[in-house]
Amino acid sequence: MPISDNITIHRVDALVVGAGGSGLRAALEAGRQVNTAVISQVFPTRSHTVSAQGGIGASLSNVEQDDWRYHMFDTVKGSDWLGDQDAIEFMCREAPSVVIELEHMGLPFSRMDDGRIYQRAFGGHTSKFGAGSVHRSCAAADRTGHAMLHTLFEECLKHGVRFYNEFYMLELIVNQGVVCGVLAWDMVKGGFHLFHAKATLFATGGYSRVYRTTSNAHICTGDGAALTLRAGLPCEDMEFVQFHPTGIYGAGNLITEGVRGEGGYLVNCHKDRFMEVCAPHEKDLACRDVVSRGIAEEVRHGRGCGPNKDYALLHIEHIGKEKIMERLPGIWELAMVFAGVDCTKEPIPVVPTGHYSMGGIPTDRFAQVVAPGPDGGEQVVPGFYAAGEAACASVHGANRLGTNSLLDLMVFGREGGKQMARYAMDLGDWPELPENAGAKGLAEVQGLMESKGGQRLGVIMETLRADMERHCGVFRTEADMVELKHKLKAHRAAFAQVSLADHGAAYNLDLIEALELGHMLDVCAAITEGALARQESRGGHYRDDFPNRDDDNWHQHTLSYLEPDGGVSLAYKPVRMQPLTVESIALAERKY
Amino acid sequence: MDSVTFTILRYDPASGQEPHYQDYQVKITKPGMMILDGLNQIRWEQDGTLAYRRSCREGVCGSDGVNVNGANMLTCVTHIEEVAKNGRLVIQPLPGLPLVKDLVVDLDDFLQKYFTVKPYLITRTPDPDKERLQTPAERKKLDGLYECILCACCSSSCPSYWADPRYLGPSALLNVWRFIEDSRDEGADERLDILDDHHASWRCHTILNCVEACPKGLNPTKAIAGIKKALVNRRF
Repeated sequence: MPISDNITIHRVDALVVGAGGSGLRAALEAGRQVNTAVISQVFPTRSHTVSAQGGIGASLSNVEQDDWRYHMFDTVKGSDWLGDQDAIEFMCREAPSVVIELEHMGLPFSRMDDGRIYQRAFGGHTSKFGAGSVHRSCAAADRTGHAMLHTLFEECLKHGVRFYNEFYMLELIVNQGVVCGVLAWDMVKGGFHLFHAKATLFATGGYSRVYRTTSNAHICTGDGAALTLRAGLPCEDMEFVQFHPTGIYGAGNLITEGVRGEGGYLVNCHKDRFMEVCAPHEKDLACRDVVSRGIAEEVRHGRGCGPNKDYALLHIEHIGKEKIMERLPGIWELAMVFAGVDCTKEPIPVVPTGHYSMGGIPTDRFAQVVAPGPDGGEQVVPGFYAAGEAACASVHGANRLGTNSLLDLMVFGREGGKQMARYAMDLGDWPELPENAGAKGLAEVQGLMESKGGQRLGVIMETLRADMERHCGVFRTEADMVELKHKLKAHRAAFAQVSLADHGAAYNLDLIEALELGHMLDVCAAITEGALARQESRGGHYRDDFPNRDDDNWHQHTLSYLEPDGGVSLAYKPVRMQPLTVESIALAERKY
Repeated sequence: MDSVTFTILRYDPASGQEPHYQDYQVKITKPGMMILDGLNQIRWEQDGTLAYRRSCREGVCGSDGVNVNGANMLTCVTHIEEVAKNGRLVIQPLPGLPLVKDLVVDLDDFLQKYFTVKPYLITRTPDPDKERLQTPAERKKLDGLYECILCACCSSSCPSYWADPRYLGPSALLNVWRFIEDSRDEGADERLDILDDHHASWRCHTILNCVEACPKGLNPTKAIAGIKKALVNRRF
């Protein structure tokens, strides 16, 4: 039965795509003032925010004296100076207020004895500009993301936010440079829906699913980034992917840095605490890129654990069962289920795992999407906003600090919602839809439905993810990535021959996975091209053939554009070094 | 064990066919393989028409509740060898819910019941400038309640829920108790008004299937007992 090409049109002032932390926060904010709708691939509480564990960073000073300036310094240093300092200042200053707001909404934070919010230590977070350690991560046991996502969704219920759940976005609709909504597919019933909006915000999450070993959910396939690229707009710093040091060996699932924050430590096969050598000062609580390389180096030099010497061991049993079950109950469960390890008695086998996309859709600190204008200067793309992991503000630069992701969601979600409402109210009438609005997305679905190429998508997806890990993972070289480019080309050719097994309208997972694979291919091309060009090592991007940071040539953001043939062209833009009110944090060597 | 038979309930609304079972052979490719790994193997290597929900694949998003060999569970955190009987898994959608396709069910009614109980913090006292204080002991009361992932494993295992379309069910009731128990909440009365109904919470007959079914180890029956006690205390 052919799919109907009928398109149902919805008109809203503000449209939020994605119902994770930043999407819900934006919807709450915009919904206070204008007619707002959220579309989401999954029911909101199933968004990937739910998997966040360790906490949200804010200088509340509940344990010891803290200051947003310290938080800002740590974030800039953690970003290996690739973060934009105006956005970072904004985020760190707003942090306490968004946390308190979440508490007021009902988030069940863990508590200190005096009843205030519990805060724990986390990697890369320091006091007094690196002088001492600090407890900055506001946590709900080790289920902070779950608690946050549910709290935000509850708040949305309270305020009657309108949801279109299990709607999958197919196309970003742009008319002469003005964003005017998206085309989406109703996953449950089938059918096309065009959301005509004055303001559209992408809160579509990251793209670390393109790696075989990953902490990411199935849905984290870079849909927002890919559709932005396909609309002719750039993405920023796509080569910067964070590999979290402690993914469960064999499965990739996340073991929070909070484990090390609570006193956990890593050892190699000789039971040596190798992080004491890699980062003499911060040790196991150095930044994630540093610890990931630490583990990968041990494995590379034959000092890994296990029969194949291919993982490190994470000890936490020494803090005692009672503390573990109170503060890290989710970790106990994950280690038991996925590694068969009782972490109150034995160490957890861990490896670096694809975790977070520092890159994404370029925005300014108002969550407005920006792109180079005809005169070379940066311009706002009218009607288009992005927040959270989908966006690149850039507050994380080359490496994100733990706890700053949840913070990013709240700060830029709120700001994006505010800006959308203001823009929609000022705009008056809806922007005009282009002729054949949504035709591209509709044609893609019909093309896949009707394709007779005979190629199945599963094998391409699995090989693609393995190739990305093999050639563009923790360690990168030119030869590897040149080879990867050839492989990506072959995958793209194979993808063109994909035909679906399922031709139905109702819950056609085959269709969704095929669309996702298409998005992943675009994202992989952007990651690879950016990584190959960047002849330096910075944060999460480490080149064996260029092991040093090179500020003279590479202290700049990458912008990638998708070419019609699936290739990627690159441009660059400067890092914004000027904060809003404080002095710039000058380039310096990054040591932990 | 080299391979396991997955006997899966298939249903496609467009086909005109009644729901029926189909067998697949799943290769055991690694130790600790989860049911979801098996389903993915079927989709990617054998039959792309198979539909199921999944996302986080670590038991926190709650999208992949199904019924396997008669018990409700999450596919992503259940080891195949743990539940296989004579080399076979019989996989069906969560019972008692309308079918969408294959293992995908319609959760609208289940969620509507959750929405009904006002599952959000209700306060009348103005927000302080800083956080509301809550002692560790007060916070501890929420453990075992706030971790619900809305997977519907509990409600769809409950005979009372199957029998009475108006019964709110264990998931909604656990979630409402999470707020009544919260020292910061001031909405207990309006919630108890909703709950004091023949069909709302009194329909629970302590069958305890929900406790058995919960993949997060929560105890909805205990929460419901708390609600019943609060309702009685309020009346007398």
